[in-house]
Amino acid sequence: MKKWLQKGRFLSLFAMLALLLMGCGDPTLSTLIPQGEVADKQFQLMLISISIMILVLVVVFVLYAFVLLKFRKKKGDNSTPKQVEGNHMLELLWTVIPILLLIILAVPTVMRTFEFSADAKPASKNELSIKVTGHQYWWEFEYPKEELITSQELVLPADTKVHVELSSADVIHSFWIPSLAGKTDTNPGDKNKNYMWFDTGSKTDVVYKGKCAELCGASHALMDFKVRVVSKEDYKNWVAGYKAADDKSSANADGQQVFEKNCLSCHAVGQNGGNTGPSLTGFGDKDRVAGILEHDKENLKKWIKDPQEVKPGNNMPKVNLSDEEIDAVSDYLLGLKLK
Amino acid sequence: MATHESHKKRSGLMDWLTTVDHKKIGILYLLAGGFFFLIGGLEAVLMRIQLMEPDSKIFTGELYNQLLTMHGTTMIFLAAMPIIFGFMNAIVPLQLGARDVAFPYVNAVGFWLFFFGGVLLNLSWFLGGAPEAGWTAYAPLSTVAEDTGVDFYVLGLQIAGAGTLAGGINFLVTIINMRAPGMTFMRMPLFTWASFVTSGLILFAFPALTVGFFLLMFERVFDANFFNPDMGGNILIWEHIFWIFGHPEVYILILPAFGIISEVISTFSNKRLFGYSAMVFATVLIGFLGFMVWVHHMFTVGLGPVANSIFAVATMAIAIPTGVKIFNWIFTMWGGQIRFSTAMLFAVGFVPTFVMGGVTGVMLSVPAADYQYHDSYFVVAHFHYVIVGGLILGLFSGLYYWYPRMFNRVLNETLGKWNFWLFFIGFHLTFFPQHWLGLMGMPRRVYTYMSGQDLDGANFVSTIGAILMGAGTIVLLINIIISASSKYATTKDPWDGRTLEWAMPVPTPEYNFAQTPLVRGLDALYVEKTAGNGDMTPAEPVGEIHMPNGSILPFILSLGMFISGFGFIYSNWYVAGAGLGLVLITMFLRSIIDDHGYHIHKEEVEADIKGGRA
Repeated sequence: MKKWLQKGRFLSLFAMLALLLMGCGDPTLSTLIPQGEVADKQFQLMLISISIMILVLVVVFVLYAFVLLKFRKKKGDNSTPKQVEGNHMLELLWTVIPILLLIILAVPTVMRTFEFSADAKPASKNELSIKVTGHQYWWEFEYPKEELITSQELVLPADTKVHVELSSADVIHSFWIPSLAGKTDTNPGDKNKNYMWFDTGSKTDVVYKGKCAELCGASHALMDFKVRVVSKEDYKNWVAGYKAADDKSSANADGQQVFEKNCLSCHAVGQNGGNTGPSLTGFGDKDRVAGILEHDKENLKKWIKDPQEVKPGNNMPKVNLSDEEIDAVSDYLLGLKLK
Repeated sequence: MATHESHKKRSGLMDWLTTVDHKKIGILYLLAGGFFFLIGGLEAVLMRIQLMEPDSKIFTGELYNQLLTMHGTTMIFLAAMPIIFGFMNAIVPLQLGARDVAFPYVNAVGFWLFFFGGVLLNLSWFLGGAPEAGWTAYAPLSTVAEDTGVDFYVLGLQIAGAGTLAGGINFLVTIINMRAPGMTFMRMPLFTWASFVTSGLILFAFPALTVGFFLLMFERVFDANFFNPDMGGNILIWEHIFWIFGHPEVYILILPAFGIISEVISTFSNKRLFGYSAMVFATVLIGFLGFMVWVHHMFTVGLGPVANSIFAVATMAIAIPTGVKIFNWIFTMWGGQIRFSTAMLFAVGFVPTFVMGGVTGVMLSVPAADYQYHDSYFVVAHFHYVIVGGLILGLFSGLYYWYPRMFNRVLNETLGKWNFWLFFIGFHLTFFPQHWLGLMGMPRRVYTYMSGQDLDGANFVSTIGAILMGAGTIVLLINIIISASSKYATTKDPWDGRTLEWAMPVPTPEYNFAQTPLVRGLDALYVEKTAGNGDMTPAEPVGEIHMPNGSILPFILSLGMFISGFGFIYSNWYVAGAGLGLVLITMFLRSIIDDHGYHIHKEEVEADIKGGRA
């Protein structure tokens, strides 16, 4: 037993576990394939706790299996077992050892808990700061320094520490990018704003999946978003392109007319438009329609035709448009591309 | 004004509606709880069918949220709690050597309040839709919902919760006051100890829930603004109140299961419980610590690192007394002669399953890692390991163990083993893959997931497991139906029991013990079996036995609450007032009717003893 617990052996167990768990799942979604500092450290904590717990499980299961096999009632044996009251040494043993194991676990627990929250304040110069607002059932991302607002797709430079301020426009949501960092709730009300930070990792041109993790209504399951991590240079270009974009970046004039008449009061493109719905600036470059459907014209038409059919309970009204108008506005939207 | 010594013998339905006998109320709890268990289970299977394949469209959106809300609410409040109360009612007075609970009338009130509350909640399915904000009903999702679903939730559970509180107080008083001579606290069987601690937890936890429900009810029915940030309210008030109740609730559920497992393992290993006093101390400590860990449900809410760290360490601390219990169970079996009856199989299955749920619990207590686990399927897997793998296996074990005492028949062992293996294998198939689903990024409470996220396989396996669990439950039903149609076929002590509930003949006389027994040690009956003639020594001569009269008033009082619940849900003050009026009238009647109960005469008791009926 003691030998088995020697440091080398323990580390190799650790490595085996890591191998077993790593690579499980979708590389843009799984917490077991962490990217960036925060998710990495969270994965390490998982490994530490799983290792200690597997140690406990093995001891208990081996002992248990032995007892179940050894002390079965044998046929014809009618003797009465010795009635044992207890054993102080044993009681002490299985009180003290768990306490020691828990202390081993408690130290990194407290350390990391403070570490992940200590930096939850507005960013310094070299870091990025964003404001996240949860809506039923979409995400709004504001870049205060860059002075731009996007929706559903968070574009971030690689190898950057990102500070996040979280709030909600309606009910509680929870902001979760499993590959990059654990979740934090978005609470309605100014008093309960939350802060978190994460690191975007070194990979570029990768799209991570983001999820809402708190039950927020009928379409909670569909409240996905995307995190696109690009190189620092691409990020700069993206910011410039996004700020330059306006509602004329798409060539479809008929569609633009329909859009301005029916959609602009809620949806912004460039500097124009309302903010009750997601901003559609650069919609043509996005990854998904309504955050969930494949990004093509057919799906866009389906969505505009009956939003409730796609995302039950969402706040987008069914706008009374003819098939031609829907066709035109779809073309217009898909043409909205950043330069 | 009322007559002294009046006693009407009622029969049939009227007998069940008016009974104040703890044994019959126990059966009522078990039947009603079992019925809701089937409904909750059906809801679970429907959800698993929806999640069997990606992008499935069978139960979507609102309807799925109703299913998940009602599954959780039904299983916790209307299935698990009442079944626990069923066993507490049926067994605790017998284990104490008492004639009944301290307040038989209140006992009946408790049952009927629970029953009508549960019916009210479930009627929502037919009256505009069930609640859809989750069993936790977080504000503002629960306060802004425009349909009546959450109104049914808040009023149904408020009424049922009042019944639970009454029941908890009743058992506290019973256990403190009604122990037989010689039954000191440190000689009480572990199930009675667990019931005692659970009742204490109910006493302190349920008022928090009651207050929370009143706030939520006022917010919904009378437009109050406790949770509305635009009007100066704060959504976190609800989360705190709910979990200040909600975490002790987890221990309210699991402690009685610990008690059952302790009894079963001890009996079927033919050994006294190893480390009895450590077990008692661990039970009390778990109950105590249970009130100090509620924030671990709220690590991602943003309470800051200090709060998160304190509650993390407190949560880890609970693992210590729980570990003590596990090892004491294993060492109870050590050196024993283990008989694998169905009851024992469930207990044997319980131990490793609960350990697995326990270790994931410790993992969840690490806040920085919990940011990844929280509200993912990892959590779903964890709490089903402790609640189904712990509590439900414990309740099944208790059902097979005490069935002969409650229903005078032994359940079929072959079917019982089918029941165990189907349910046990199905359980692990359902919930083990869910750990991985959570770690691979699947949030909980989602009605669908898209293909291409590597989530398909585990979800499919999980659904197959759920169907097996359903099949196991159907085998149990068949077993019960077969036994119900068979004749009384049991001796008074089929398992070679060690505690007092096996000391009287079957069927249990309505007064339990003809003569209150004298308890001479832990495992009172076992002491007599080894040191005496195998029967309890009476602590009193044969005499008149004073019994309470049955009453229809608890039923009517609860019906009044039920009616007023409807009134509040639909904001119809006449109906609400009429219902509450009915409650007041029954209270008034209860106060002025002078009911002294009745006596069973000495001659009748002597005749029972002579005839082997007592």
